[in-house]
Amino acid sequence: MNFFQRLKEGLRKTREEFSRHLEALVGFKREIDEEFTEGLEEALILADVGLPTTQYLMEQLGQQIRARGVRTPAEALAYLKEEVASLLGREVSPLNWAPSPPTVILMVGVNGSGKTTSLGKLAFLLAREGKKVVVAAADTFRAAAIDQLEVWAQRSGAAFIRHQPGADPAAVAFDALQAAKSRGWDVVLVDTAGRLQTKVNLMEELKKIKRVLAKEQEGAPHEVLLVLDATTGQNALSQARLFKEAVEVTGIVLTKLDGTAKGGVVVAIARELELPVKFIGLGEGIEDLQPFYPRDFAEALFTDIRPEGGEKQICSS
Amino acid sequence: MLSLLSERIQGIFKKLRSKGRLTPEDVDGALKDIRVALLEADVNFRVVKDLVNRIRERAVGQEILESLTPAQQVVKIVHEELTRLMGGGERGINWAPQPPTVVMMVGLQGSGKTTTAAKLAALWKKQGKRPLLVAADVYRPAAVKQLQVLGEQIGVPVFSWESQDPVEICRRSLEQNLPFPPNPVIIDTAGRLHIDVPLMEELKAIKEEIQPQEILLVVDAMTGQDAVEVAQRFHADLGLTGVVLTKMDGDARGGAALSVLAVTGCPIKFMGTGEKIGNIEIFHPDRLASRILGMGDVLTLIEKAQEHVELEKAKEWHKKIQQRDFTLEDFLEQLKQMKKMGPLEELLHLLPGLGPIKELKGVEVDPKEVVRMEAIIQSMTPEERRNPAIINSSRKKRIAAGSGTRIQDVNRLLRQFEETKKLLQVLTEGKGKKKKMKELPFPWI
Repeated sequence: MNFFQRLKEGLRKTREEFSRHLEALVGFKREIDEEFTEGLEEALILADVGLPTTQYLMEQLGQQIRARGVRTPAEALAYLKEEVASLLGREVSPLNWAPSPPTVILMVGVNGSGKTTSLGKLAFLLAREGKKVVVAAADTFRAAAIDQLEVWAQRSGAAFIRHQPGADPAAVAFDALQAAKSRGWDVVLVDTAGRLQTKVNLMEELKKIKRVLAKEQEGAPHEVLLVLDATTGQNALSQARLFKEAVEVTGIVLTKLDGTAKGGVVVAIARELELPVKFIGLGEGIEDLQPFYPRDFAEALFTDIRPEGGEKQICSS
Repeated sequence: MLSLLSERIQGIFKKLRSKGRLTPEDVDGALKDIRVALLEADVNFRVVKDLVNRIRERAVGQEILESLTPAQQVVKIVHEELTRLMGGGERGINWAPQPPTVVMMVGLQGSGKTTTAAKLAALWKKQGKRPLLVAADVYRPAAVKQLQVLGEQIGVPVFSWESQDPVEICRRSLEQNLPFPPNPVIIDTAGRLHIDVPLMEELKAIKEEIQPQEILLVVDAMTGQDAVEVAQRFHADLGLTGVVLTKMDGDARGGAALSVLAVTGCPIKFMGTGEKIGNIEIFHPDRLASRILGMGDVLTLIEKAQEHVELEKAKEWHKKIQQRDFTLEDFLEQLKQMKKMGPLEELLHLLPGLGPIKELKGVEVDPKEVVRMEAIIQSMTPEERRNPAIINSSRKKRIAAGSGTRIQDVNRLLRQFEETKKLLQVLTEGKGKKKKMKELPFPWI
């Protein structure tokens, strides 16, 4: 199953209202009128794209309509998909590898966004590509987080570095990096405790982890991935902004896209903060982490599936 | 806490307040702003539409225009509608007539079920009950261990059973023959998607088996438009009895609260306000509505204050400030008390009219800073503490050396002290709000 199929599979059975709306609008309308544009606006807002970015997209569309570049509802939809894809960077955004190993990847995010699970899946993905991976359990705060991560490390066959609960997370990260360097491993994955982006002390702790890694190896961490729950609304912008300020986030992992949430807020994040989405999470299985394809995502944002099986593309452009 | 939302709405009402009478255009303009604010706060699109229409119906027309204080009436109407949306009066737990009361926690992955279960157990234990936690999450690695660790921290027993069947685990938890039967029994279930049919069936089976009095949906305050969908599905499948809103200590605007209530009619019973086990509060819809509208949440503040500050001491401070006799020692004592109560900014939002005051952000304190301030003040002589005016540069040098800080830090502290003193004087002297403020056990109100 490719990404798009999986995504559609995940989105099955949902969005009845959304679908009813767009279906009615695109399927039966010959002209672009106010009802149609309002429907598009509603669709974008319901997908958590957010008001400013929705308004931006609608203005772009309006200009096209006035310039006669877009004439029919189908063309309008196609245009919007293209716009969204281009905001998201069109092509897959690959991982940033260190010139010489190990490559250090730091996972950050708020509580419950899915850091540990995503890290486990990423470890598996990289190990399957033949990389030697070490996982650092730097979430020393949450009860049993270390044990949870250890299970994931075992599943993917990655090496595992742990300290006691309550230990200094920067020290765990440091040890893992040292181990990787001395043994010639390829990738260091650092799991961190979930923290709300407004907690100054906890953000300082994160900065320290980053400093310690950078001191030990030039250019490390090579990736700082913000793990974002697709169910999150406009607060995701605040998360992206503050985590980026604190630790220079390089990309996003968008998790839980197998639910009914569309994760449209990443469009706003891409527009305002120019942060690319690098991976998406589509379930609890170890293989459910996929690269992010902007075009497919844009497609899925406007495509809908009927409640009882039978997928239906609203607009085949 | 919902601060961005309330900041916005307060801004809107400031605009309204500055006018004597409202025109229909004013009402329309205000409603447009309210719509934008609510949407940006993640309140569901349809809920916003509904709410704005309802308010317009009530606001545009005689009720407003013929009133003597039209702006106040708009505030009142919006407040009423928000309160109504959020479920009217507060609601507690349905205790079973025959113990044990069984409480089942359900929700999406990562919403905070396990932490909330432990927080509720701690809360009820504090109230003299004998709670039992049941670890029924057999899917997430180490979920059982997480609950066990938390149980140990708070001194509440955790039931677990070597089984992959959550229904069996729950049944056995109730079949135990204990000398002191537990009450309530709190079931921590695995996180699941509302569209995952087999897992939703499993929840139904658990419900069938143990007949819980409460089924609480745990909802992350950061949830976007999808909150409605999630709550609807869980409600349709299980018949929820309430909602717990978590992660309210961040800057999430919390529109999900409005959405969930509007769509399912389930009351929000508790909210999680921090990472510590004690950070859970009963949800008061009317208070939250007040807070959103900038009326301040005086009730919550009083409760918090009574928990942490000795009344006598507070009265003493109050007197001192009024007599302009507020010293560095008092300042230090206050800082410590406030540190106990939680982040200062959070407290400020509880105060009437203070929510959006930007200047107050200057007096913000972070906990590390308090430690430093403490060291500086303790390095002063009693005379210096009483009368900081005598602190000249050689004294500053000594104080800095004594406290392991720099002269700049000492200067900053003295400046902050002066600012705080000024602010406190203004606040205690009050501007027309005198009466209310005097009732509060706080000098800085």
